[in-house]
Amino acid sequence: MPRTSRKPALVTGTTAGLAAALLLTACSGSGGSAGSTANGAGTLVFGITADPTQMVPWTATSEQSIQVLSQIYSPLLDTDKDNAPTAGLADLPKVSDDGLTYTFTLKKGVTFADGSTLDSADVKHTFDTIMDKASKASSRSYFASVKSVAAPDPQTVVVTLSKPDASFPVGLTAVTTGIVPSEKTADTLATQPDGSGPYQFASRVPNQSITLTRNEKYYAGKPGAAKVEFRIIPDDQSMVSALKTGSVDAAVFTNPVTAKTAASNNTKTESVGSLSYHVLQLRATSPVLKDVNARLAVQCAISRKDVIDSAALGAGEVTGPITSPQFASDPQQQPCPTQDLTKAKEYLAKAGTPNGFALKVMTSEGLYSTAVDEAQAVQAQLGKVGITVTIESLDSGEYVKRWLAADFDAAIASNGGSADPNTMYARYFTPTGTYNEVAGYSSDQLTQLFAEGIATTDTAKRKAIYSQVSQDLVDNAAWVWLFTPKEFIVLNKGVQNFEARSDASLATMWKATVS
Amino acid sequence: MTTLRRTASHPVTRRVGEVVLTLLGVSLLTFLVLRVVPGDQITAAYGTAAGELSPDQIASLRAYYGLDKPLVTQYLGWLGGVLTGNLGVDTTSHLSVTTMTAQALPNTIELAVLSIVVALLLGVPLGVLAASRPGKLRDTTTQLGSLLALSVPSFLLATVVSSWLTNTFGWYPNGEGYRTLWQDPGLNLQQMLQPALVLGISIAAPILQTTRTAILAIRSEDFIRTARAKGVPTRRLQTRHILRNALIPVTTMTGLQFGFLLGGALVAEQIFAIPGIGRQTLLALTQKEYAVVQSTVLIIAAMFVTVNLLTDLAYRLIDPRVRAS
Repeated sequence: MPRTSRKPALVTGTTAGLAAALLLTACSGSGGSAGSTANGAGTLVFGITADPTQMVPWTATSEQSIQVLSQIYSPLLDTDKDNAPTAGLADLPKVSDDGLTYTFTLKKGVTFADGSTLDSADVKHTFDTIMDKASKASSRSYFASVKSVAAPDPQTVVVTLSKPDASFPVGLTAVTTGIVPSEKTADTLATQPDGSGPYQFASRVPNQSITLTRNEKYYAGKPGAAKVEFRIIPDDQSMVSALKTGSVDAAVFTNPVTAKTAASNNTKTESVGSLSYHVLQLRATSPVLKDVNARLAVQCAISRKDVIDSAALGAGEVTGPITSPQFASDPQQQPCPTQDLTKAKEYLAKAGTPNGFALKVMTSEGLYSTAVDEAQAVQAQLGKVGITVTIESLDSGEYVKRWLAADFDAAIASNGGSADPNTMYARYFTPTGTYNEVAGYSSDQLTQLFAEGIATTDTAKRKAIYSQVSQDLVDNAAWVWLFTPKEFIVLNKGVQNFEARSDASLATMWKATVS
Repeated sequence: MTTLRRTASHPVTRRVGEVVLTLLGVSLLTFLVLRVVPGDQITAAYGTAAGELSPDQIASLRAYYGLDKPLVTQYLGWLGGVLTGNLGVDTTSHLSVTTMTAQALPNTIELAVLSIVVALLLGVPLGVLAASRPGKLRDTTTQLGSLLALSVPSFLLATVVSSWLTNTFGWYPNGEGYRTLWQDPGLNLQQMLQPALVLGISIAAPILQTTRTAILAIRSEDFIRTARAKGVPTRRLQTRHILRNALIPVTTMTGLQFGFLLGGALVAEQIFAIPGIGRQTLLALTQKEYAVVQSTVLIIAAMFVTVNLLTDLAYRLIDPRVRAS
């Protein structure tokens, strides 16, 4: 789903976000232990561009909220480098043969920042609250197939599903399903967060900073820095200056040019991929695009490589629909893997519009830094086969409004991605999906495939199913998948053990040390 | 009755009446514009993910933000709150707008005062200099410089100034957390220096122009020729007669610019991370925090109007003729 960079929406799967990156290097060898020069009493200053808008985990949607909350709260499960769920607060669940019962065993001795013990009652409370229709939980969709949650003893949580759902565990790795103490209300947590994460909330100055201190009792190990300060520096250039002078230790940039200017003798830059992807959404029910040949003509006329090179200054990789490493699509498996103007013209002829047609593409500067440039690159390429593109560059509020109302033909968008392909696409390409009207494309075959995909927990079988899904989507040019953007983490050289990961969370930042 | 009519027509009473009407107009306009702009607090917070909220959740959110009430009720409710001193609450930080403004306003006022000082220190002397030899090199140079200062957008100037200082001297105090004047005067002034320079330079231009034009206009007036003929010494002529009179339009211009700065020098506050009222408005606007935007805009408007009123009064002090009329 598209998100705007100022108010990014969303948080899918292991999260959306851009920070995509994050941190913690080489932790495999050194674990979280401090290096020889590391200063156990140091403060890691992380620059963010906006104040987090939500401080209660299940309501979090903005990227900054997720970055901060992932230091304070722990979700039930963690993820490995391929974004597959691993043990976290609980071990990986035991799943019943019918795929309907998930039994989790919690780690012993985990406490919240206020000292109280984290037990199954807290997990049940958290999940029940998220599922409560009246709660404002953005993470409620992860629990769509959950029938009930039980806490038979303090260490055991039993989740019963109404139908098999292999994508269910992925939702439990998201910060937005982080466990909160059962005795605290959302209002209390909004100003006094209380979780079991590596850091605990210390203080907040609105629009300026949020300071966290090390949780000495963190269940996974001792956090590297004594304090983490999220400092809000709204302007990119100012962020660059702050990094250069060393007053900020780390920041994430999506704009490759800005990232380049931030490099100096005192910094190191890591470029990382991400689960998110940039896409030209074609609404298959719109009058100009309802013929599949018209959509295929668009797909064939676009050189994804050129879009990356011209609009994103080379900072990206061409992609197919599924971006998660576990289930990734082959980006070359599509009718036109590279630009093919002859084929595009053939499709145009088949569509009955040999000389092209007029297409409106909506975009917004408020989406992300290269959105409008991408629309322009697409405009130039489609022009070569007679498809005349009119770019509608909208305010982000207007963009969101029209997107939700499915009031457009084509749209440039950046979608958050997810570690699970079902979470990623069922909502777009199945008739009952929330965004099916926005996507405008579904079929009986696809619906069948999505149903099979969540009915089995066998990863190899699922991968085979989703590669068929992926093939169906590109063969019908449901959308034109462009590329996964690169993101850049610029770090002060004194920061060590930062690992770049392809999920959006800063979930492993706690292992980083500062000297 | 006569007394009443006289009070009602008294210039000050009339001005106060105008002020009240202006502020009401501003508040109504702000309220309406915010509602006309696409998107509300829900889509601002959730973006396109708002589509995934269930109808119950949307209803619950609308009630939470007070969006379920008719527009008239929303407006009157907010206005009633303002009249009783309750400016509303920021739903993001759970702080009252009064508290937020009390924190932000001193920073903005400090920045405005410093910028005006910079602008006057640059603008007036350079204006006098330019007027001393009209049409000659120093005049053309100063005019050209002021034109440049006026046409370079402040965001560009700010970026250039800050990256130059960072890259050349490794100096960027604004990267540290912001400190108020009371917390750490030294660091605060360092942090204020760059934005004050940037704003001061761009405001110096109109002040320079006004000073120059006023001096030239007054120099050719009859009373100056008379004074000169009467043998008033040049120095006294220049300070007592010419400059003092020329300061009238300069005061007006300064007042205008000051009022403008109090509205929050948005760009400078954003770039240099100064938590002032301009940034407060900007953030609230992107988050569609209706109560915050409405109240903050009202406060800014009130300050602007007050500064204008004070400028008028100062004008009367400097120029006795205004008082007489």
